[in-house]
Amino acid sequence: MKNNFMEVAFAAKSINEGFARVCVASFCLALNPSVDELTDIKTAVSEAVTNCVVHAYPKHEGTIKLRCELVGDQVKIEVSDEGIGIRDIEKAREPFFTTKPSEERSGMGFAVMESFMDSVKVEKNEGRGLKVTMVKRILPNLAMVGANA
Amino acid sequence: MHIKSKVVNGTLYVMLCGELDEHSSTHARISLDAAFDEKGFNQVIMDLSELDFMDSTGIGVFIGRYKRLKAKSIPIFITNPSSHAEKIFKMTGLYEIMPRIGG
Repeated sequence: MKNNFMEVAFAAKSINEGFARVCVASFCLALNPSVDELTDIKTAVSEAVTNCVVHAYPKHEGTIKLRCELVGDQVKIEVSDEGIGIRDIEKAREPFFTTKPSEERSGMGFAVMESFMDSVKVEKNEGRGLKVTMVKRILPNLAMVGANA
Repeated sequence: MHIKSKVVNGTLYVMLCGELDEHSSTHARISLDAAFDEKGFNQVIMDLSELDFMDSTGIGVFIGRYKRLKAKSIPIFITNPSSHAEKIFKMTGLYEIMPRIGG
């Protein structure tokens, strides 16, 4: 009933981190998320997009693809790039692991995604680069249910 | 992202306003370090009531500032975090190095 999707592609520039957050948040409004759920989703999107901006394209400016799908009461978000990828994905997912300690990077990006979403999958993108797929179930808003009763 | 700061009775009060992400992190670092160059304080209180958003890049910024001030034996305290900032501070253990004070 609520199934819907959107796709957007944008330059891997840091100024687009905020754009990606707002873009996904407004699309998810159809599921009536709470403020906390929406902030969780924005944060997870910010982490995934920031990873692409910081790591995927060291030599040139590439493209980030963002796909968001509403299936029932779940939101599924895919963030993908066609960059250099990650050699050891398991290692990269470890909390505090960073390849750029000199830049004061926390190494907590994947840990934040895992903590704020129900599931996070990190895999090689078809062809080139990386794809992060995150799913979160939006709990029914009790006030709304009450209003309909 | 912008930062307001003021020294009152030996405490540097810093208010972070706006969104702290990778895009704003360089500006945040520079502004915070400039505020830390002020004289006449022996502790820092960071007020997060106007911080609308932060992600893990923010954690890096906070840890970096903590290290800078630790070298001068100046502690940092956090006050008025949103429930979102609170969640990030708790999950990453940031409160262990910069404790939360007040309400």
